[in-house]
Amino acid sequence: MELIEKAQIMDREAMRRALIRIAHEIVERNKGLEDVILVGIHRRGYPLAQRLAQILKESESVDVPVGELDITLYRDDLSLRFTQPQVGPTRMPVDVARKRVVLVDDVLYTGRTIRAALDAIIDMGRPQNIQVAVMIDRGHRELPIRADYVGKNVPTSSKEVIHVKVTEIDGLDEVVIAEEKDNE
Amino acid sequence: MTLRGQDLLSLQEMSTADMETVLSTARSLKEILSRPIKKVPTLRGKVVCTLFYEPSTRTRTSFELAAKYMSADTVSIAASTSAAQKGETLSDTARNLEVMGVDVAIMRHSVSGSCHFLARVLDIPVINAGDGMHEHPTQGLLDIFTILEHKPRIRGLKVAILGDILHSRVARSLIFGLTKMGAEVTVAGPGTLLPPYIEDLGVKVFRRVEEAIEGADVVYALRIQLERQNKGLFPSKREYRDFYGLNRRRLSLAQEDAIIMHPGPMNRGVEITTDLADSPRSIILDQVTSGVAIRMAVLYLILGGRE
Repeated sequence: MELIEKAQIMDREAMRRALIRIAHEIVERNKGLEDVILVGIHRRGYPLAQRLAQILKESESVDVPVGELDITLYRDDLSLRFTQPQVGPTRMPVDVARKRVVLVDDVLYTGRTIRAALDAIIDMGRPQNIQVAVMIDRGHRELPIRADYVGKNVPTSSKEVIHVKVTEIDGLDEVVIAEEKDNE
Repeated sequence: MTLRGQDLLSLQEMSTADMETVLSTARSLKEILSRPIKKVPTLRGKVVCTLFYEPSTRTRTSFELAAKYMSADTVSIAASTSAAQKGETLSDTARNLEVMGVDVAIMRHSVSGSCHFLARVLDIPVINAGDGMHEHPTQGLLDIFTILEHKPRIRGLKVAILGDILHSRVARSLIFGLTKMGAEVTVAGPGTLLPPYIEDLGVKVFRRVEEAIEGADVVYALRIQLERQNKGLFPSKREYRDFYGLNRRRLSLAQEDAIIMHPGPMNRGVEITTDLADSPRSIILDQVTSGVAIRMAVLYLILGGRE
């Protein structure tokens, strides 16, 4: 299946501004940063979580712990797939018990990744609450899950694909929308 | 990713790419062992059967815990308490387990090649947990995994394997795995315990352990298999200790940061002195922890996905 990039939705500046806004919303919603930890979902959620932590350090002078979570072991489609997805790293710098956990991911789509992440976090302990921050919410939910913090809402068709690119992995910061090429 | 549904019978037959996949998966899964609640739901509904025709503490427990941490169900058959005592053949026992819905069979057996035989009899994947004097592939993988936790890479590493090479399936798997990944392997032991043509596997052979240890990054002492030792292959335990046992004097010939390994169970004071076994350079207990992570990875890669 071939994908053709159709348009850039966010550039580097737009992503930076969205992260600054989300960082401020996190402080506002939690009335500070006490007990807050950021957990980036492997892979692209993790660099986004690190950047949120950097912004919070600059604006609030607080070092918010950043964890990384791989949700492969909690996927609901493992027994349906023909190949096993590669298991990525999970690193939690602090115990999640009684913490305010902010899950960070690049795109919110069906909600199944977040469902898996909720199970993974709760297996490690009982947090005070869990919140969700995403760069892009593209709709088409298949589970009753919503984001608390959204960089940008992008209505999409299910044929389209959203690519959030981050410098740490992709060499540049941008969000593009692509579409499956019709081969007929 | 070609391991799904496959047997794991030997490292001789395993590709380097597949070994790398197991090692990197184990690296990720090891985190689960440090959790307060050691359970992920990944293999829910899968049934893992261990079939042990030889005694074992470490390997069987390690496989069973690995399966349980991944939420698989386990059944364990020990030959001493099974229908094998009534004369049932191996293939009959295994076929019966298969039709009860077991998803993978893990076998240890005293006959070399028995796991290959079982793999031909059964449709489900078979994992070799040690077959006679042949191979013990998950031990080889966990040894390589443990070395990589202490050394940056296998390529170019000098590994000395000491002792009873003849009877050791651990040595055989380790030699296949390490040489494929580019290590320089030397072996040494009493002439009676060095199999002829072992150099054809790409290792350097020495009669004196000092020569093998010289400059080594890893020193691996094998267990003297006293249960297979009634043939007079060496005069006494004491003489073995004096000429082939790992001690401080011999270790001083290795690299300054050389690490010490042993597959267990140890005969303290025979193949390795107690002070070395418990020294900071010994990573013998790390090997045991790695074993659970490696077996979780192997079960995940073989049982994940669908036919």
